[in-house]
Amino acid sequence: MTAAVRVFVVGGAISYRALFNWISPGMYVTTMLGSPLFQILFFVYLGRFAGSQDDSFFIVGNAIQIAAMSGIYGMTMGIANERQYGTLQPLLATPANRLAIFSGRALPFVVNGLVVSAFGFAMSWVLLDFRPAEGSIPRLVVAVVVTTCSCVALGMLIGSLGLRARDVFFGANLVYFLMLLVCGVNIANDDLPSWLAAIGRCLPLTHGIEAARGIANGDSLGEVSGLLWTEALVGLAYATVAYGLFRFFEAEGRRRASLETF
Amino acid sequence: MTLRLFLIGWLFHLKNLTNSMFFVLVSVLQPVIFASIAFFMFESGSRTGTLLYAALGAGLMGIWSATLFGSGGAIQWQRWQGTLELLVGAPPPFLATLLPLTIATSTLGIYSVVGTLFWGRIFFGVPLDFAHPLQLALAIPLTIVSLGALGLLLASTFVLYRNANAFANLLEYPVWLATGLLVPLTLLPGWVGPISWALSPTWGMTAIREAALGGSAWLELAMCVGLGLVYLVLGSVALRNFERLARSRATLALT
Repeated sequence: MTAAVRVFVVGGAISYRALFNWISPGMYVTTMLGSPLFQILFFVYLGRFAGSQDDSFFIVGNAIQIAAMSGIYGMTMGIANERQYGTLQPLLATPANRLAIFSGRALPFVVNGLVVSAFGFAMSWVLLDFRPAEGSIPRLVVAVVVTTCSCVALGMLIGSLGLRARDVFFGANLVYFLMLLVCGVNIANDDLPSWLAAIGRCLPLTHGIEAARGIANGDSLGEVSGLLWTEALVGLAYATVAYGLFRFFEAEGRRRASLETF
Repeated sequence: MTLRLFLIGWLFHLKNLTNSMFFVLVSVLQPVIFASIAFFMFESGSRTGTLLYAALGAGLMGIWSATLFGSGGAIQWQRWQGTLELLVGAPPPFLATLLPLTIATSTLGIYSVVGTLFWGRIFFGVPLDFAHPLQLALAIPLTIVSLGALGLLLASTFVLYRNANAFANLLEYPVWLATGLLVPLTLLPGWVGPISWALSPTWGMTAIREAALGGSAWLELAMCVGLGLVYLVLGSVALRNFERLARSRATLALT
């Protein structure tokens, strides 16, 4: 049990630090904070021009969606890069608890996503005069935590596919951009064609963002608990499938001696 | 000889980039997704008359993204592939081998414009009635060439940064905003105006919209050409400086 916890914490931390073998911390911060900030500004101004919703709709949607940047890209790299950089075989040769290896990678990206999202909300407060309902911030944090975990679970799934797929980053990029379209980030689900809205409801973010919008408008946790539970269950489903795929690809890779072939 | 080098280099890089799934994403899928977001937002905001405006804007967003990521990382990629020393050591000036690459990256934007117009027409019923087809036929290639020259400037300055690609990520949204590709500049703070005047996508976008929706695009096209020449001069100076320093310090192949 102690070993599994150690693998979970230390393994996750080392995996996170390994990202910085290709990017400097300064540039990482710029990318993770600068680009998301401009994303929020872009959609707020686009929303003002389109006249479809008020500013807070776009601020809440995008400030939560930017957490997916860490969740999806980070988590994808956290798993798929093991294969890319040739560390997958030594990792899987160890007797370490697989669930601890797998889930430990998620924790830093959840924290990272929360920081990015908090930064997005804070800058919206400063630059765009965003004011959530009084006393709603703790509840908003709950919604962001649940949604970020759910996005990380989707990143886990894409990362697991990266144990087999040749170009998993294409998928990660595509999913990230599609989330802007179908998850209610910038367009209310009611304004989407029903089939697109249905896809959105099967993805992380959609219910979490809806809950966060309600909270920002003054709803209590009880009023949005259904949405938050749905978001959590969606995330759990993705995490379960992701872990299943991780084990399946590990077994297949061993059987075919193809763990690191492309 | 130089023209032949340019044309062959441009065609080679265009084919090469078209084979990259990343550039397919950046130049086709991403603009189509952003166009769809804009279409839905404009429809729900009862701005349906602006759908052609949105399609063209999203197309130009794709040109900028392809130029930004393609040209911004051009020299770094040549380094990683081990071809930078060969190109610098070849008899033609480095500028003559790099410019076709940066223009090829912006040429990918053709896919963006065609993609967003086609997508808009098929799925959103965007009317493709262009007010001045001739001006439009001139405005699109001139905008692309002008962005290619801007790409040269990016390529020759981004080389100073070890993580040029990450830096490119940072510049995508701000330029989309500051050049009025989807959001009119009048909605932005006044200080954005002078920045936008120095960026050729601003003039290219206005020219394309004037040509498509009605108006005269000639002044904007002249600005596009003028800025393109300025970028070319600045880019070639920066490139010469980079080449001189890299040769004298023997750091050409170092990442």
